[in-house]
Amino acid sequence: MNHRTPAAGLRRRLAELRGPAHPPRPLDARALAALAANPGCRRRALLDGAGVDKAALARALGAPAPFGQSQFAFARGHAFEARVHADGCAALVGLLRAATGDTGPEPTGVEVPDLTADGPAGRAARTRLALAEADDRAARPDGGAVWTVLVHPMLALPVAGSPVHLEPDAVAVAPDGTRTVVEVKSFPILDGTADPAKVGGAARQAAVYALALEESGGPVADALLLVCPKDFSNLPTAAAVDLRRQRAAVRRQLARLTGLADIAAAVPEGVTFDVERPGAELAAAVADVPAAYAPECLATCELAFHCRERARSGGEVTVLGRAVRGELGALRTVDAVLAAAHGTAPGAGAEGGGPEDTGAEDAGAVPDPAVAALRRAARLRAEALAQAGHAAPAPTPAPGAPPPRAARDGGGR
Amino acid sequence: MTLLATLARVEAAASGRAQPLATVRHRHLAEHPMVFVPLTTAGEAGAPLGALVGTDPAAPTLLTVPQPRDRDLRFRFLAELADVLLPHLESAQDAVETVPRRSGEAAERCVDAPQLVVPNAGGVAFVRLLGRSMRFRRTAEEDPDAPHPAPARVPLLGRWLTHYGERARVPGSALLLSATELLTRHWATGQSPLEDQHLGALLAWLRAAEADVPGRDGGDGRDGGDGRDGGGGAAGARAALRAETERDAEGLLRTPPAGPATDPAFDNQRLAPAVARYDAGVFGAEAEIRTLLATQLRPTWDAVWEALERVRALPPGERVAARWEGDRWSYTAHRDRLRAGEPPQPRRDDAVTAARKLAARERDQARLSAQEALDDPLVLAGRRLAGEAFAGEVTAVEEAYSTGRRPMPRPLVTVRTGDEPQLAVGTKVYRVLPGDGRTQGGECAALPGPGLVTVRLTGGMGRGAQPAAGSVPVAGDTVCWTLFEHQPRGGPDLPDPEDTPWTHGGPPAGGPEEPDRATGEDLL
Amino acid sequence: MTATDHRPGPDHAARATQPADGTGPGTGTGPGAAAGPGAAAGPGAAADPGAAAAAATDAILADTLSHTARGVVVDSPPGAGKSTLVVRAAREIAATGRPLMIVAQTNAQVDDLVERLATAEPELGVGRLHSSDAHPYDPALDRHAQVRTSAKAADLAGLPVVVSTAAKWAHVRPPDDVPWQHAIVDEAYQMRSDALLAVARLFQRALFVGDPGQLDPFSQVGTDQWAGLSHDPSASAVTALLAHHPDLPQHRLPVSWRLPASAAPLVSRAFYPYTPFRSGTGPGERRLAFGAGADGSAVDGVLDEAARSGWGLLELPAAHTPRTDPQAVAAVARVVGRLLAREAVTADERTPRPVPLTADRVAVGTAHRDQAAAVRAALTALGVTGVTVDTANRLQGREYDVTVVLHPLSGRPDATAFHLETGRLCVLTSRHRHACVVVCRAGVPELLDDHPSAEPVTLGVPVRFPDGWAAQQTVLAELGAHRVTQA
Repeated sequence: MNHRTPAAGLRRRLAELRGPAHPPRPLDARALAALAANPGCRRRALLDGAGVDKAALARALGAPAPFGQSQFAFARGHAFEARVHADGCAALVGLLRAATGDTGPEPTGVEVPDLTADGPAGRAARTRLALAEADDRAARPDGGAVWTVLVHPMLALPVAGSPVHLEPDAVAVAPDGTRTVVEVKSFPILDGTADPAKVGGAARQAAVYALALEESGGPVADALLLVCPKDFSNLPTAAAVDLRRQRAAVRRQLARLTGLADIAAAVPEGVTFDVERPGAELAAAVADVPAAYAPECLATCELAFHCRERARSGGEVTVLGRAVRGELGALRTVDAVLAAAHGTAPGAGAEGGGPEDTGAEDAGAVPDPAVAALRRAARLRAEALAQAGHAAPAPTPAPGAPPPRAARDGGGR
Repeated sequence: MTLLATLARVEAAASGRAQPLATVRHRHLAEHPMVFVPLTTAGEAGAPLGALVGTDPAAPTLLTVPQPRDRDLRFRFLAELADVLLPHLESAQDAVETVPRRSGEAAERCVDAPQLVVPNAGGVAFVRLLGRSMRFRRTAEEDPDAPHPAPARVPLLGRWLTHYGERARVPGSALLLSATELLTRHWATGQSPLEDQHLGALLAWLRAAEADVPGRDGGDGRDGGDGRDGGGGAAGARAALRAETERDAEGLLRTPPAGPATDPAFDNQRLAPAVARYDAGVFGAEAEIRTLLATQLRPTWDAVWEALERVRALPPGERVAARWEGDRWSYTAHRDRLRAGEPPQPRRDDAVTAARKLAARERDQARLSAQEALDDPLVLAGRRLAGEAFAGEVTAVEEAYSTGRRPMPRPLVTVRTGDEPQLAVGTKVYRVLPGDGRTQGGECAALPGPGLVTVRLTGGMGRGAQPAAGSVPVAGDTVCWTLFEHQPRGGPDLPDPEDTPWTHGGPPAGGPEEPDRATGEDLL
Repeated sequence: MTATDHRPGPDHAARATQPADGTGPGTGTGPGAAAGPGAAAGPGAAADPGAAAAAATDAILADTLSHTARGVVVDSPPGAGKSTLVVRAAREIAATGRPLMIVAQTNAQVDDLVERLATAEPELGVGRLHSSDAHPYDPALDRHAQVRTSAKAADLAGLPVVVSTAAKWAHVRPPDDVPWQHAIVDEAYQMRSDALLAVARLFQRALFVGDPGQLDPFSQVGTDQWAGLSHDPSASAVTALLAHHPDLPQHRLPVSWRLPASAAPLVSRAFYPYTPFRSGTGPGERRLAFGAGADGSAVDGVLDEAARSGWGLLELPAAHTPRTDPQAVAAVARVVGRLLAREAVTADERTPRPVPLTADRVAVGTAHRDQAAAVRAALTALGVTGVTVDTANRLQGREYDVTVVLHPLSGRPDATAFHLETGRLCVLTSRHRHACVVVCRAGVPELLDDHPSAEPVTLGVPVRFPDGWAAQQTVLAELGAHRVTQA
């Protein structure tokens, strides 16, 4: 890991942005892993980096996040996890050995050290101690095949210069000292398969823990042990999930968080995301940090409904899906696309053959193939709808009508 | 997303109303489909919470589980579900017709097949999950020693639902449909495909499409091409947002999710306390839970029927009935397997079965793409835009003959087109013959100039020395050629499963699969 | 391709069948630990490449002919002499009197193999089993008296070697006694598991040869329900084979005879991090020069850079463009045009005296068909003919002296799985014997940095390395050293 020590200035600046009355909202592994879900979004990076309570901010902006957890799911998750740890973790070690094809000697014992302490820092210290004790056992020639399972240990990972405390479900330490991250999830492994989106999420989260474990020294296994209910029962079963790609991705995103200083520097002095401020002022403050909204954000970011609203009112085509921009080239807005499609944009006349070709105003420019393709698309679509007896699509301007407003100033960039 | 579909979405976003993606209906709709709206318990795999089910939009059957963790109550639910669903699923087994097969012998085929409709993709997945959870169960009759025997017809329902769930993976199939899939196939909204998975939001865009009548959507008429800031252009987006987020005074969503997952706020504020009362034996708690679940289910039930009505209003595509024949074959084959006493479908496919299914689905996908384009000028427009078809006017026809002992007519037809097909000399092309609808084959013989294509006709002209009447276009005719086949066949000749070769692990282990192990606190 | 022209010396008799360095996939320490430039030369770096390649070939043939295993798998990086190996193995198997069938993936590959076999051994009877289409095979084969062609397998029974596509073999019914004791499956990594399932009953044992770094097979329909199964029909034939028989001998050809010394280390590091290979020629053995001087333009600048170093990156200003970016297309065409107009000459180990570079030795590679069509049109407008312009899919297995590549991510507003696919970039950057010029808009590193990583993970599916993102970064970092900027 290669974190620059941040200037105290950045920390102060982030505190200003958050509002000095609010303690920073602690980042957790889920939030860190989610950074990789939309790494191009500077708004998210800054708000998370500053420890702003995004859920509160979204409420203050009048676009609360719809996230919530059913207490049924919560209760079931807890009951299942308790069951996994119930027998002193011997079964857990068995699952780990089976899932990874461990051919080492039969375990002669499983240590489950007590990690309780006051506060996250105290628990992190207990965890470090427990890991060191496990390493000592591994170093002893007569140590036997003793495993150590840390249940809910506390790991520290420096993120943008500040330590973040992270709590994996468990960490198993093999007799040779190798650490394996264990995640207990309540979605099932059914006939050997599990929901790939959920497994992917668990892997990204576990990758954060693996990085934190690396920080604390000692060998870290390439794979996560994912423990889930088997089929329709609540018996635990497990699978090893290769984390190498996720670790590389998360490592990269964490390293990029050091770019926070640049993002923060671009925010005008005096701007604050203090959730006590009025909604209009907050909206203006949020608008000062560029976002990279995509519909995928709706599932992962508390601010997504607000960002979607702004993107919609700006007519950005990404509200229709990340994929749509692939064929649109430089056209970024709904108005620009329609202007191109209906022949009111530069370059539209480059495509020959259309009887309703209104001609290009700036002949001689290199024709934009996106505009030409949209022109053909609009013509074919109108033709087909007419053939089937449908009226032409609503937004087609009548011949001679003035082009939509934004078309004249180019719309996109 | 194709550029044509993107354009439709952009137009929908600008106008605030859904835009057509099809001019005909591309899926078979039964006259009386069975609609099934399930809810599941959060955090539990395949633990149903309730369902509305039935064939009459005005009279659904409500099934509920007052305590989802209670195995007996879940079995009661599944038995009730079997009572409603099985008569429907079995209703078409006995009306059959006899059709000749290619092999020469005659085969029996059911003249119709029952249709099942769920709200969304999650509903389809839940049908599969229910099927999986039930089909390996054993009844007391089958296994008197089973510790928790399933009600009599539950394993059978599991096999039917498994079959329907698996069939739903076949492109163009219609035994099991979802309302969101039906709607998104035929209309584009001004939001993303992800958001289209929300049935309420999706319908909001469609209702906005009819909101020309002032007052229907808050009375905001349109104000020309100007877009999204307060004008009519925002109608769909605003209506969709309401469907997604609007909550009542208690914080419950006014448009509950279309399932199978419930709104966590509903679980925590309403359902959990009611379940606690039920557990405590409070009188009336079960009735309360039924009422609560009905409030969550009924809006979705109505939405599914509304979706069906909207899609039904479109005229069916010409080749839809032929595709439904495939579904009828599938239904008949499942009926035959049940009658032959075969064991339930295995948990995972063996190598040969998987390869067969993949080959069939690839063929069906190619057929579906071709048939939809031939049935619908709007779909064809997309293929033309992609360079996979071209339309135009015949400018010249030249007589020509094949060389060989018996020269056959091979006329050269030159077409002027504004399309930009991805053609090279030798590329095969196809068109539907006017009149009888058969396919005529040809090949690109030359590209004589910009916008000109010369096609050599190679078939569809009969066996004579002169082409059959009407089989060769004349100058001035409008013709449309596709670069894709109209009735693609194919797929490899695969061995039988018992002949699986060594490369794929040899023949699979025989015998029916074991039921899931039952433990004291199993969930299903 | 001269991989097997080097006869083994006495010291190189039988060699270990497994890659000697022991770095099979999965045993490394992660993508971050990919072999550095020094390690890319791989095993036996000190030894003569010809000897290393010959030793590998001998070990492969020994395993193939010894009949100890039902299958032998050979990984062949770009230009490592795969076709030569197939032809040699076919001749040796035929010499033992065992009937041999050869499975290739496309008709062009089949025709090419038949041509090579017939040329290499004019006495050998070769059957070309073909489809019943109108033009089922290359008529050039008809000039070989030893080649018999037919659409019916029965017509070809008794011939020592019969060659056809997997699709055609899939319709051949196995007679009661298995007719082919041996098979060679070519391009096995591009063959799908279900295609192998359809033909495997036709043979008793087989040699599987292919390049794991090229494009994976795919399906137009969803195959998620089979992901993680050992017999997933959409996986590659080799994946299915090794999932059921992990102990089969696996070899690899250690030397690329195509790629120059300037290219092999990068391609090896970026796309074969756990199975490095080296070039058969050393630095300076391949030379590209121009008869006419540079005109001072960026295009000539990048050509000079490519002639000097083997790589060139012509970087256009950052912009979001549609796929057929007119400026990028024009730049590609100009690079090709100037390459030919400046009277390029090449010299190499085969022809030490410089010979003119002709249009047929130049290829343009793109990601999409419409891009290829646009480049063809631009070349026609410049009056350039005879240059191959095709997509990565169609350039697989082909070889040129100089290639010009339109970068798959150039101008894109987003990176999709299609554009990030490792095999696509690998094919595009590994077709050349002398030099490769990449044309690309600026901004791709930023695009990669902002690429969301939210991949689903399927239990039981081994992770493929390198991943597209990492490979793209590796290639871009290297190309950055050969950048010429065009305003």
